[in-house]
Amino acid sequence: MKRVYVNEDWCLACHLCEYYCAAANSGAENMIKAFANGNKPIPRIKVEEGSGINFAVQCRHCETPLCVKSCITGALSQKDGVISCDESRCVGCYTCVLACPYGCIVTSENSKVIQKCDLCMKNNNGEPACVKGCPNKAIVLEER
Amino acid sequence: MKNYVIIGNSAAAIGAVQGIRSVDKAGNITIITDEAYHTYSRPLISYWLEGKVADDKIYYRELDFYEKNNVKTIFSTRAKKIENGCVVLDNGEKVQYDKLLVATGSKPFVPPMKGLDEVEDRFTFMTWDSAKAIREKVTAGTKVLIIGAGLIGLKCAEALHHLNADITVVDLADRILPSILDVRAGEIMQKHIEDKGTKFILGTSVEQFSKNSAKLTNGDTVDFDIVVVAVGVRPNTELVSDAGGKVEKGIITDLHQQTTIENVYAAGDCTVSHDCSSDTDRILALLPNAFMQGEVAGKNMAGEETLYLNAIPMNAIGFYGLHIITAGSYDGDEDITEDADKEIYKKLVFKDGLLKGFILMGDVARAGIYTSMIKEQIPLTEVDLDLLREKPQMMMFGKARREEKLAGKKH
Amino acid sequence: MALNYFQPLFDVIRDKDRCIKCQACARQCANEVHRYDGDLDMMISDSQQCVDCQRCVCICPTGALKIVDNPNKFRNNSNWSQQIMTEVYKQAETGGVLLSAMGNPKEYPVYWDKILLNASQVTNPPIDPLREPMETKVFLGKKPKNVSFNEDGSVKTETTPTLELSTPIMFSAMSYGSISRNAHESLARAATELGIFYNTGEGGLHKDFYQYGSNTIVQVASGRFGVFKDYLETGAAIEIKMGQGAKPGIGGHLPGAKILEDVSRTRMIPMGTDAISPAPHHDIYSIEDLRQLVLSLKEATEYKKPVIVKIAAVHNVAAIASGIARSGADIIAIDGYRGGTGAAPTRIRDNVGIPIELALASVDQRLRDEGIRNEVSVVVAGSIRSSSDVVKAIALGADACYIGTAALLALGCHLCRSCQTGKCNWGIATQRPDLVKRLNPNIGYQRLVNLVHAWDHEIKEMMGGMGINSVEALRGNRLMLRGIGLNEKELEILGIQHAGQ
Repeated sequence: MKRVYVNEDWCLACHLCEYYCAAANSGAENMIKAFANGNKPIPRIKVEEGSGINFAVQCRHCETPLCVKSCITGALSQKDGVISCDESRCVGCYTCVLACPYGCIVTSENSKVIQKCDLCMKNNNGEPACVKGCPNKAIVLEER
Repeated sequence: MKNYVIIGNSAAAIGAVQGIRSVDKAGNITIITDEAYHTYSRPLISYWLEGKVADDKIYYRELDFYEKNNVKTIFSTRAKKIENGCVVLDNGEKVQYDKLLVATGSKPFVPPMKGLDEVEDRFTFMTWDSAKAIREKVTAGTKVLIIGAGLIGLKCAEALHHLNADITVVDLADRILPSILDVRAGEIMQKHIEDKGTKFILGTSVEQFSKNSAKLTNGDTVDFDIVVVAVGVRPNTELVSDAGGKVEKGIITDLHQQTTIENVYAAGDCTVSHDCSSDTDRILALLPNAFMQGEVAGKNMAGEETLYLNAIPMNAIGFYGLHIITAGSYDGDEDITEDADKEIYKKLVFKDGLLKGFILMGDVARAGIYTSMIKEQIPLTEVDLDLLREKPQMMMFGKARREEKLAGKKH
Repeated sequence: MALNYFQPLFDVIRDKDRCIKCQACARQCANEVHRYDGDLDMMISDSQQCVDCQRCVCICPTGALKIVDNPNKFRNNSNWSQQIMTEVYKQAETGGVLLSAMGNPKEYPVYWDKILLNASQVTNPPIDPLREPMETKVFLGKKPKNVSFNEDGSVKTETTPTLELSTPIMFSAMSYGSISRNAHESLARAATELGIFYNTGEGGLHKDFYQYGSNTIVQVASGRFGVFKDYLETGAAIEIKMGQGAKPGIGGHLPGAKILEDVSRTRMIPMGTDAISPAPHHDIYSIEDLRQLVLSLKEATEYKKPVIVKIAAVHNVAAIASGIARSGADIIAIDGYRGGTGAAPTRIRDNVGIPIELALASVDQRLRDEGIRNEVSVVVAGSIRSSSDVVKAIALGADACYIGTAALLALGCHLCRSCQTGKCNWGIATQRPDLVKRLNPNIGYQRLVNLVHAWDHEIKEMMGGMGINSVEALRGNRLMLRGIGLNEKELEILGIQHAGQ
């Protein structure tokens, strides 16, 4: 299955993937609208930066997903390899946050439920916004 | 074709169905449950009571789950005993099995308390039915006495708080949530909950109940409209022990989740697990644990050898909006940071060169990275300790391990 | 700070309705122009630091940024322009030599733009390159005057080594040190895929790039940095750098700050030391001396590799070229005054040398007049900006062109001309690891390949239009050229007629 991978050598820590992700998942038609009026839509990808090393982390879409197995409501499910969250069933208990070994389940103050990468299946037909927006091709969608 | 029989209808049972079906698409699966409902999520009963989760969202799996997985269900029927390759039901019928899973969970423990029988509206809080019963009795201002300041008692308190009930929690222990929090974290959480209007009377027990009041050992008297007893749970082990299976604190299984009785497996809150963080055998009454044990049991029942390993106690739970994530054992060297004003508390526990356990309160983001450190038993020598202490982050791992985890590379 | 005598060159314009405060601009600006102010919850900018490299404009996800010329102007003066005045202020402040980078930006005539190409009509019909074969392959090196054959048909004439190019374009010398490792990798991989050559410049060759040796020209310059046996043997050709179009008559100076571990190892000099290339080669004071070096390099590489001598286009370039043609060199590279550089004294860059068009025409003519044109190939450099510049250069007599600036543009350079600061925001002219990684060679090499492919297509289109089906047949074919708006003398030097004639 194709997954999103990040090459540390090319990640610039520009954080644009976070913005493209947040905008794509905000439901707004473009980036400006997504962030208009002080809105802060939540990215599902996170850039970690350190001394000279940067990389973005997002859901690995594990073959044996601990988050799905741990979900107390059945909101998280795996379909055709893609793990997604039915937000109407999530109660924000964060058991998936506890379980995810990559720290890829996103919590935020302005949302009671969790957010997670679904490879842009819902908003962009599986063409992930982070991959599309990365200015240095550090983030790729490929089979490995 | 094999006959699989599962006693129980919660996380472990569903895990077993999925485990069996990942190996065997054809075998007959029968679920026997004494409840009347499609599989529902037990932890959701407090959300349901609060009104946050509606009737149609309490289900643990979609309504077509049994149909899709070709599962036969026997609702509202208790399994009485296991005998000669059959499960005997309380209606006298026998269900033959080739492989049986006991996923009977646990039941509330109600200790003998003087005068409790006189209380008309007394409840426990374990099932949807118990939540429904409480719901009928509570309106704004209803005085509720909860016995027990553990996970169940406080989840019940939170739900009733949202219904504007007047809540008092009494516990014999001098602190709340002792099973998952240390003293300091308990204090912060207690203050948080008290600030919302829920009262605690700790280090005290009920000396004598009367119809609408309880006299406490410290001399106080608490008036109430209803009482919820949530002092603890006991595993449902009788089916296995009666059939000659080994039972200690809970049902004993091997790593395949098989009991000491051939072809009889057990999973979930009724069993004893090996906690790899403290290297002890204990009951890990946690939904994720139940599901994964059930799944392992299911696979083994269907013939695919699988082991259940690396279990640890872990909890993600929130009370009155303050989140906690905890995992592992708290026996070891502690590293604590605290910002009480922001209700942020963090404790890391190290022992034998490993991260053994943690408590995160307030800021719980990415806690699973710590959990994986404990479960995978990654030596501290392989991570950047300063970064580990700072916050859960992939950066703390070396490049090789990061590439393994994130870039799909094998080293 | 005391009174500031000059104002920022540019104004950073931020459209507040579009800005989402993502801070990508702040994170991407090595000059620290942009900054997020938490108290104001807004992005603010320090225009004084802006070099107009356009990185922020390109990276901004909402198109909120524009960099414009600062409208603030000193009082109009045709003689004392604002730039001249600013330079005086700067020098009065620092006491230093003014430094600049990339090519001469002054408004001197661009002869390429005053030359028009011919096309066939009716007689000698045009050729459609999509339907008929069209040859852009060229060989660089000495051409035999005549060819004799053995009885079995094999060639009897002894030939000297040549370079085979799939299209008459090569990447100019740019040293590792002046440009980044990733820029080098992009050039090396592109040259290899394209079947052309790139040039190490005078900084030696990084071990990792030896694998591209058969598409590499290794340079030997006055500093002799990184020159040793393996280096010479790895390259497909050796270039002796006598001069550079951007700074004829002076040497080079790579500051110690850019000599980090890898550059130090490649250049074979200690880390942190300045890499100073002397103005002259201290062993070359005559054509005879040059001949000694040419022959020494040939001897060292067993006469298997052509030797290039590169000079800057200066006033008596034709006579110099004639000398070089007699020195044993196989190829002469001439670099015009618009050629790029990583750093040069501004006054030198802007005032020394001559246009490549005129230099090329006079060199080609001189070599023909002396009957030695076939002794050498002529490669021209110094602002070849497009495929039509290539076609015109070939028609004026060049065998091939070097492109440097155009190649860097393909890699993202926006000609901010600040290479000397070492803070290239595009990851090209820098050694700062955080900046270098901005140039992903997987992207860079592909863009270079795309560029050269595109030019190759266009060259074929233009040749086809003229009814010519090979570069060989276009070379020196000045009848295909006409001048426009040129005076008699210019036409005479270019050896072309005026449009309409």
